Amino acid sequence: MTELATPQSHSSAPPILVSLRGLTVSFGSGPSQVQVLHGLDLDVHVGESLGMVGESGCGKSVTWLAALGLLGAHAQVQGEFRLAGDRFDGLNDRALSLIRGRRIAMIFQDPASALNPVHRIGQQLVEAVSLHKGLRGQAARAQAVRLLDQVHIPNAGQRFDAYPHELSGGMNQRIMIAMALAGEPDLLIADEPTTALDATIQAQILDLLTEVRRDQGMAMVLISHDLSVIAQECSRVMVMYAGRAAEIAATDNLFRTAAHPYTQGLLSCVPDVASPQKRLSAIPGQVPEAGRLPQGCSFEPRCAHSMVQCKERVPTLLPVAPDHQVACFLTAP
Amino acid sequence: MTTLLQVQTLSKHFQVRVPEGWRQRKATLRAVDGVSFDLQAGQTLGLVGESGCGKTTTARLVLGLTAATQGQVLFNGQPVESKRDATWRAQRQNMQMVYQNPLGALDRRLNVISQVLEPLLIHGLGDSLSQTEQAQELMASLGLPRPLWYRFPHELSGGQRQRVVLSRALILKPSLLVCDEPVSALDVSIQAQVINLLQDVQERLGVAYLFISHDLKVVRQVSDQVAVMYLGHIVEQAPPNQLFSEPFHPYSQALVSSVPSLWQGQNQKRHILQGDPPSPLSLQSGCVFQNRCPHAQSICRQVKPRLTPLNPERHIACHLFAENPRPSAVPGEARS
Repeated sequence: MTELATPQSHSSAPPILVSLRGLTVSFGSGPSQVQVLHGLDLDVHVGESLGMVGESGCGKSVTWLAALGLLGAHAQVQGEFRLAGDRFDGLNDRALSLIRGRRIAMIFQDPASALNPVHRIGQQLVEAVSLHKGLRGQAARAQAVRLLDQVHIPNAGQRFDAYPHELSGGMNQRIMIAMALAGEPDLLIADEPTTALDATIQAQILDLLTEVRRDQGMAMVLISHDLSVIAQECSRVMVMYAGRAAEIAATDNLFRTAAHPYTQGLLSCVPDVASPQKRLSAIPGQVPEAGRLPQGCSFEPRCAHSMVQCKERVPTLLPVAPDHQVACFLTAP
Repeated sequence: MTTLLQVQTLSKHFQVRVPEGWRQRKATLRAVDGVSFDLQAGQTLGLVGESGCGKTTTARLVLGLTAATQGQVLFNGQPVESKRDATWRAQRQNMQMVYQNPLGALDRRLNVISQVLEPLLIHGLGDSLSQTEQAQELMASLGLPRPLWYRFPHELSGGQRQRVVLSRALILKPSLLVCDEPVSALDVSIQAQVINLLQDVQERLGVAYLFISHDLKVVRQVSDQVAVMYLGHIVEQAPPNQLFSEPFHPYSQALVSSVPSLWQGQNQKRHILQGDPPSPLSLQSGCVFQNRCPHAQSICRQVKPRLTPLNPERHIACHLFAENPRPSAVPGEARS
């Protein structure tokens, strides 16, 4: 825990659970190598809910897939990762499997494809319970039913023998959450958990996530492209753009005093049901392709406030206020 | 203002087979069940609802792509038939569709300008020089600059592809555009560009939109009227400001409050519905929303509420708002 305290600016926050330093990820090799993450630094505190927002391809999912060693052999991952102070980068698969699920669990966007369609959901849950908790037989089954109850599956005993296709999308996502809770993790990574679900079901699942997080004192990273979902669930937000962090702030700060032009653009281009109907102010242009980033700030070609230095250098993430860091030359001292 | 599109008690029932043990059972899936609405020329009607509520089937029925089981669609006063004859083709010239996934809607082996001018070829309008000119002019006005015209769909970004699909739909100068989730596959910053473009096009060309989406924020942004669908029925229809500030139907209330708002954050009060929508295969008598409705009464289990006007702009299908429900007057409810 000793080396860990340095990068943190504020003192009152709970201790850091997971810290990622200088995370770079690239795919392919030789001339076709494409770098998708460019030295990302990220801290998750004990029990907090951190939102990660950005458009497709900005690297928000890859961050966690890379940290957990789930990207496979064709990806080159570099960086220093710590879990409660202990390094876990460069661990072999066997050692990582003691972290995955038990300490850091992940749920994905499409529950139907994350569950095995030919096994009953109970069987899949029991597998997770016996893997993480070492329970067998009736004890494992009882624990699995308890997990189903915890995620509010009605008639948990009966649903135990159902196949994933017999349940709705919302139910399947509840099963995924139950499986993620099987190892009683310290951190739950929810990767777009409600994107594939309908509006009323989305509200149910978000509520469930908040509830289990509070009950278990678990930290959560909610990855979403939808700022309004993040606004509702998270206390801190990280805005990502083209493989870098653009802005990190407490949620309230971010929505009141967004400093990065990209964040400002994101906020004004989302139609909002609560404010008067007005024309959306769209961000012109499009996200640059990974591997074809401009030399300087990757948002520069779309930015209304572009300056000379934006074309030349990449801005670093600097604090502008307590709990608020921005990577932009406009706010740099 | 003229009425461009009239949809009258439109239904589409599919005969399906559902597994029952080792056998299969015949069943009727009521995808759309007695839907009525009007669309004025140059206006936008937003159709919202969850997946499987019949939004896309309604769109296909409106365009005559599937035959209706009951009811009819009048376009400019003429019934839209599903038979592929000369009348239908002439009608289709004025009604076009924009799909959700632009890459799926475009031909991967044809450059985009050829695809944009293809409708002109099909309808035999103009010579090849004027066709190309029209296509170029339209694409330029929709934000597709010259270097992109001869590219293939995979060489364009998602937003550009959707602009190509939109150009192809608009080249015949239709008076109705049916947009089925036109921005759902796009990133938020691109979404805003396409929404703005759709609004500009409407202002410039006076085209009416039937705008289908599951995203209430987007629907509110573009629509003049919003119809909320649930299991093949329209449960409420109202102007967006009224619907979103004060939804009346219990389902609309839940739907509206389930939309997370950027500015209300964690203080937002929500009505969370329990459970999932029931299967459209096994609908009970009475209101389709009864199992999830917090206010369900005995009448809701027996009598299907009809879409009735509360005021000229606002319609609702709910017994809570009916002064005098007349069970005998409701068609199709003769069973005991």
